[in-house]
Amino acid sequence: MSKTLFDKVWYSHIVESFPKGPSVLYIDRHFIHEVTSPQAFEELKTRVLLIFKKERIIATVDHNVPTKNQHLPILDALSRKQVQILFENCKINGIDFFGLLHNYQGIVHIIGPELGYTLPGMTIVCGDSHTSTHGAFGSISFGIGTSQVSMVMASQCLLQKKPKQMRIHLVGLTKISVTPKDIILYIISKVGTDGAVGYFVEFSGKVFRRMSMEGRMTVCNMSIEIGAKGGLIAPDKTTLNYLNKIKFLPKDILLEEAMPYWRTLYTESDIFLDREYYFYASDITPMITYGTNPGMGFSIVRRIPKINVDYHQSISYMGFKAGYSLIGKPIQYVFIGSCTNARIEDLRIVANVVKNKKKAFHVLALIVPGSKQVIYQAKKEGLDIILKKSGFEFREPGCSACLGMNEDKLPFGAYCISTSNRNFVGRQGFGARTLLTSPLVAAIVAIEGKIIDVNNFYGKN
Amino acid sequence: MEKIEILVSRAIPIAIENIDTDQIIPARFLKSSKRQGFGSNLFRDWRYTNQGLVKESFILNNPKFSGKILLVGRNFGSGSSREHAAWSLFDYGFRVVISSFFADIFKENALNNGLLPIEISEVYLQYLFKTISYNRHILYSVFLGRQIIKIDKSFFYDYFSMEKYKKTCLLKGQDDIDHLISLYKKIKTFEVKSVFNDKENSYFIWRWSWR
Repeated sequence: MSKTLFDKVWYSHIVESFPKGPSVLYIDRHFIHEVTSPQAFEELKTRVLLIFKKERIIATVDHNVPTKNQHLPILDALSRKQVQILFENCKINGIDFFGLLHNYQGIVHIIGPELGYTLPGMTIVCGDSHTSTHGAFGSISFGIGTSQVSMVMASQCLLQKKPKQMRIHLVGLTKISVTPKDIILYIISKVGTDGAVGYFVEFSGKVFRRMSMEGRMTVCNMSIEIGAKGGLIAPDKTTLNYLNKIKFLPKDILLEEAMPYWRTLYTESDIFLDREYYFYASDITPMITYGTNPGMGFSIVRRIPKINVDYHQSISYMGFKAGYSLIGKPIQYVFIGSCTNARIEDLRIVANVVKNKKKAFHVLALIVPGSKQVIYQAKKEGLDIILKKSGFEFREPGCSACLGMNEDKLPFGAYCISTSNRNFVGRQGFGARTLLTSPLVAAIVAIEGKIIDVNNFYGKN
Repeated sequence: MEKIEILVSRAIPIAIENIDTDQIIPARFLKSSKRQGFGSNLFRDWRYTNQGLVKESFILNNPKFSGKILLVGRNFGSGSSREHAAWSLFDYGFRVVISSFFADIFKENALNNGLLPIEISEVYLQYLFKTISYNRHILYSVFLGRQIIKIDKSFFYDYFSMEKYKKTCLLKGQDDIDHLISLYKKIKTFEVKSVFNDKENSYFIWRWSWR
């Protein structure tokens, strides 16, 4: 029988399965961070259980850490306590911990791939919904809750029902100035925020084959926003090249033993999944969201549609009206960061746009690189100087203004062009209004101080 | 974990669709290392203004409504995977959430904490919203064993589907950890023949040296 990529990875990790019930799924890699892990450690302590396999757990701090002056103690007492608790828990249990001053600290979903913890064919979990990022390597990765975090710690396994499978296929190639972020925002706007609940999504098509690993990670990262359990893309030459460049991986072992196995990881061509979507890649244009869920996105040049009452509410929260165009809207804040778009490739795009230009006077532009390694690479390429010269604030790694758990919150009613993944009500601060875009559009908005069509910008300059 | 078998209670309706976990509990209130105490921040931004004043118009602030059942629109609990959402609902006193559709991770989190998510048809959900708008004192009964939800002392009921394993867990008040630990030996033997095992061992020995 033909098998899909998902099936191949899934069945190689089943320890035991109930008839018509959940299966016991073995987990290869477990990332933890400070916000969703303390209760899990507590749970183990009360049940007097030991960590099953500490080598498979990697801990870092990202969610509530400050992005300024990380060498100083954390100001917020509760945040400091959470970081402290994670550090102590890791120390007691012998778990690898990348603290604030560590060279490898960063957002979990960015350090995982870049340090070589994420490999094709793995099962990966983390107490964070955007764990689906790691699916870019052809691994089954999904977010879990804290109870499940404690389950994985205690047994390295999870009880999971096999999800249904969906394929999203893009036909043809995209236009220039369309970035991976635009592609996934387009898919979310078409499929809807609950269109894939209960499904695991595989992305296929020429566009994804030609996409860089960073781009694939952006796409898989936001696959959770269509309600999917996770997303994945079959590993190919690009994946192997990416892994080859990681300096921490022992190349000889990987190449000899793992490569032949990874080459078998693809969905066989004569198979139909439970649900299939086909889109034309040429339809995609630079996207922006206008509402309060990631599904409310459209091409940046369009006018806000009139749909139903629910939409009306979120549009009025955003301060828009049906029939209005977003072009020319003044913006006060630009945030470039988060596990969606804080990789080196995104910084390159931004630096390329803002080179020898100044940001608009009234805009506060924030760049929060995803990890210490990204900063290191950016400094090596001189990107930080370009960005600072254009008036951007170049911060230290963390989740920052994506969810506003640290000091980087937006004031009431402010508009923010954000390269993050969610535009929910009050996510970036009480009353803050988020517009999701690609880093390319965000950089252009920072220069212009208002929303502008990408093609017009390039026409002008 | 608390057991659930039969629950008869009044309900609190919030007829809004796509309520995400950021609305249930905003990220700035996640800074606790305990499971308890999140109830006071449930629907924080809907219950209180920015200055901390009570918003009278929101239903949880209306003393006329009470109950252990929360009735919500479709696609409840989407967004962030924070289990704090389930904890805060449980801590506030809810034991059952009824909707026509739940986000995946929220559903699992709720089941792991003794909060029963009941998925019913959209038609029946709208019917329940209607009944409660006519009479807010109306009682709803949930029978987990028979997987039935109905309006108390009436014949209008609906079945809800439920995984058999999860159902027994809730009925007995057990959770997954108990089961997984009992598989200890099996997992150990699986690990040896697992795909990444051999490579990983050498990988780790090597990795310890650079740290």
